[in-house]
Amino acid sequence: MHLETEVNGRKLVLDFPSGEFLSQTLRRYGYVSVKEGCDTGSCGLCTVWIDGRPVLSCSTLSARVGGKVITTIEGLQDEAEAFGAFMVAEGAEQCGFCSPGFTMTVLAMKRELVAPTEAQMNHYLAGNLCRCSGYKGQMRAIKKFMGAE
Amino acid sequence: MKFIGKNIPKIDGMSLVKGAPVYTSDLDLNNNALIVKILRSPHASARILSIDTSGAEAMAGVECVLTYKNVPQTAFTLAGQSFPEPSPYDRRILEDTVRYVGDEVAIVAAVDELTAHRACGAIAVQYELLPAVLDLETAVDNSNLVHVSQPHTNFFIGCDAARNIAASHTVTGGDVEAELAKCEVIVEQTYRTQAQAHAMMETYRATTSFDVNGRLQVMTSTQIPYHVRRHLSHILGIPKSKIKVLKPRVGGGFGGKQTASVEIFPAIVTMKTGKPAKIVYTRQETFSCTTSRHAMTLSVRLGSDRQGNIKAVDIHCLSDTGAYGEHAPTVFWVVGQKTMPMYSKAKSYRYHGHAVYTNKSPAGALRGYGATQGTFALESAMNELAEKLQMDPGELRLKNLIEEGEEHPELSGSTPETPAILKSSSLHKCIAAGKERIGWVHNYPRQQVSTNKIRGYGMAVTMQGSGIAGIDSGSVILKLNEDGFFTLTHSASDMGQGSDTILCQIAAEILEVEMTEVIVSSFDLDTLPYDPGAYASSGAYVTGNAALVAAENMKLQMCSTAARLLGVDPVEVEYDSGTFATSSERSMTLAALAKSLCSYGGRGQLVAKGTFGGDTSPPPFIAGFAEVEVDLETGVCRVLDYVAVVDCGTVLNRSLARIQVEGGVVMGIGLALHEDVRYTARGKLASDSFMEYKIPGREDIHGLQVLFEESYEPTGPLGAKSVGEVVCNTPAPAIAQAIYNAVGTHFRTLPITAEKVLLSRYKHEVGN
Repeated sequence: MHLETEVNGRKLVLDFPSGEFLSQTLRRYGYVSVKEGCDTGSCGLCTVWIDGRPVLSCSTLSARVGGKVITTIEGLQDEAEAFGAFMVAEGAEQCGFCSPGFTMTVLAMKRELVAPTEAQMNHYLAGNLCRCSGYKGQMRAIKKFMGAE
Repeated sequence: MKFIGKNIPKIDGMSLVKGAPVYTSDLDLNNNALIVKILRSPHASARILSIDTSGAEAMAGVECVLTYKNVPQTAFTLAGQSFPEPSPYDRRILEDTVRYVGDEVAIVAAVDELTAHRACGAIAVQYELLPAVLDLETAVDNSNLVHVSQPHTNFFIGCDAARNIAASHTVTGGDVEAELAKCEVIVEQTYRTQAQAHAMMETYRATTSFDVNGRLQVMTSTQIPYHVRRHLSHILGIPKSKIKVLKPRVGGGFGGKQTASVEIFPAIVTMKTGKPAKIVYTRQETFSCTTSRHAMTLSVRLGSDRQGNIKAVDIHCLSDTGAYGEHAPTVFWVVGQKTMPMYSKAKSYRYHGHAVYTNKSPAGALRGYGATQGTFALESAMNELAEKLQMDPGELRLKNLIEEGEEHPELSGSTPETPAILKSSSLHKCIAAGKERIGWVHNYPRQQVSTNKIRGYGMAVTMQGSGIAGIDSGSVILKLNEDGFFTLTHSASDMGQGSDTILCQIAAEILEVEMTEVIVSSFDLDTLPYDPGAYASSGAYVTGNAALVAAENMKLQMCSTAARLLGVDPVEVEYDSGTFATSSERSMTLAALAKSLCSYGGRGQLVAKGTFGGDTSPPPFIAGFAEVEVDLETGVCRVLDYVAVVDCGTVLNRSLARIQVEGGVVMGIGLALHEDVRYTARGKLASDSFMEYKIPGREDIHGLQVLFEESYEPTGPLGAKSVGEVVCNTPAPAIAQAIYNAVGTHFRTLPITAEKVLLSRYKHEVGN
């Protein structure tokens, strides 16, 4: 199948076998920040934005993204670095494999929620699993990032 | 010190957060690699009567189909251990016998994933079903055997396949039975731990091809690149010199990737076809077909006098290694190594039992490596003993704990003649600090919060090791480049814990340069010095010591070379942060030195080496304290606060040590409360996805406080011990005690799910 999309600000005609999921298509096109970790839509590693909203690209058929604007962390390097500064200060990225998807959700949350409580942030991010950090360091980084201007 | 003890970001951290292409599958540039899939056994125990691959081989796009008929039948272990490995050689690439649901039946390689899947489905297999051994506790001397023939072992490990025993072991001191007979108070209980999954976010994967020199190139997400090379060499029957291993960033390991679970499959496809091949395990394969923590049944007898002086510690252990024995003997030993020395005041101790084969998914290495299971049993028993004695559990421990300067024959590094000495411990202080922080005196044992909510409090202590005494040694090479910066090469295999950064810190500290002047390289095994890998809590201690020695050697060489170039006696040269000064006016910068050594007259680029292997394995300690709120209506237990007070010697990097503790405690909370391992009646792992197997999510984690009570380990690099594994040991026993204190039921089988707690309430109400 062919579909016109925009990926990270660049018009792109994606060519993919029908039935392929967006995470796989994006990885084939070199957007390898997009990770897969569970096969069941439960880990959040594959989170990208479609039209500005975080979605699980492993559970989104590529056939559904025609005309959509797709953003991966490769397209948000400055924002990722701004958040990353708080993350690395805590050492909370550890193995880093969940970081791109997790960071995409954090960046979306910052745009979406106004002055959220810790519980609201944890709920927003509940779909992003991490086995290394124990989450507390991530939250310390998030709080600083959310408060930073 | 400039870098040691500070909050230093990981040198690779920002790249990871920003999604840089640094993992195995990201660097796998060859889009034409054959995709490798495995046909797996649907049966827990069976013999293959016939296997017909003709349908698969005839499919367009299928390039390689392998069964037991056309692969080498060399026996091996996949355990990442120094040779000679203690683990039994009980595996072959493929066999005519399958021993668990998920065991490999055929290897298929095709041009794409779908074709490979379809080809697996086109293989016709006829099985003769055999009765399966599915229960750890009835495995020994079961009439059904997991391994019919006795596997090769490199030395005596007590393996007796005819009894389903993979390994046996006994350590003892004093007369346990005689002491127990004299004891006034005895706790005798059995504790059970489950086969926890590593659940690292990056599943297992490897890519193979032939390199420019015609060598088998293996890029793999591994903790043990050197062991991977040795295993492949042994299994495939090719010299190690013909194998090149590349280790990119590793997306989590936790001991899982201390077993070479997948490399052989693409490797043999590349050997057979000459073509690049790759395998990426699904999450289901990662759960079912790699390794897990050894499930254990631990029977403890703990005896003391009325005053709480412990006289006897006796632990009998049955460890379930599943179908294959990777790490079976060593995990079994470590249970004893990390429990027997703990209460050194006991006059007698014994640790004994077996690691047994069952027709279940194989067990292996997982953070804690037996100490986690042993700690749950021993510390739960300690808490029960404290209750019987009507004594504060902290006081009971303080009375009996091993202390700094004491020796114990079961401490790693002991010889039959000479027990090893504990050279550093601040555990007594850890207990005091933790009690203070959790409000023990006021809160223990319980606080009623409302009619249906009670908060219970519990504690536990633990120890681990730092490297493997007398066996594992690691090396670091430092090179002074022509501009005055250094390259540090090692293969400790950072899997996220930050060993690359720690080594950089140590070298920069000693060499008195910025960390950005020390480039850490740990990718291509051809260029790296030997290291056993990231396991046994050895990164900071073993490889850290190697980095320290390498940096000190480099500094000596720099000074003597500067003296030569300056025409002065070496004793006259003083090195200070990049400058060599002498008593005269003459001086030289590090950059100038480096430059002149590479070009023109200097002639002698500096390369320094450090190797370290421990004579002992200094234990880090933790005292953990849990505040658990139990909802009496739902049975849900929430760990509202966990205080972990840590003695890891000198804290080399405060933020990285803290995050290691937090992550490990949360893994321990998962073990205690959430991570339920279930099998179907026919022996298939049922909890084989994140939908079925719950690892803690961020909404499950509440208060978590980490405190450090630094000791100074004289054999450690700048006083440091390990921290990576000890961290997941205390939550299970501390939480179990807290729940007991809240609801009055002892939970001795993990995990303690809400259902179990609720059920215990009902039983309580109706009087069983």
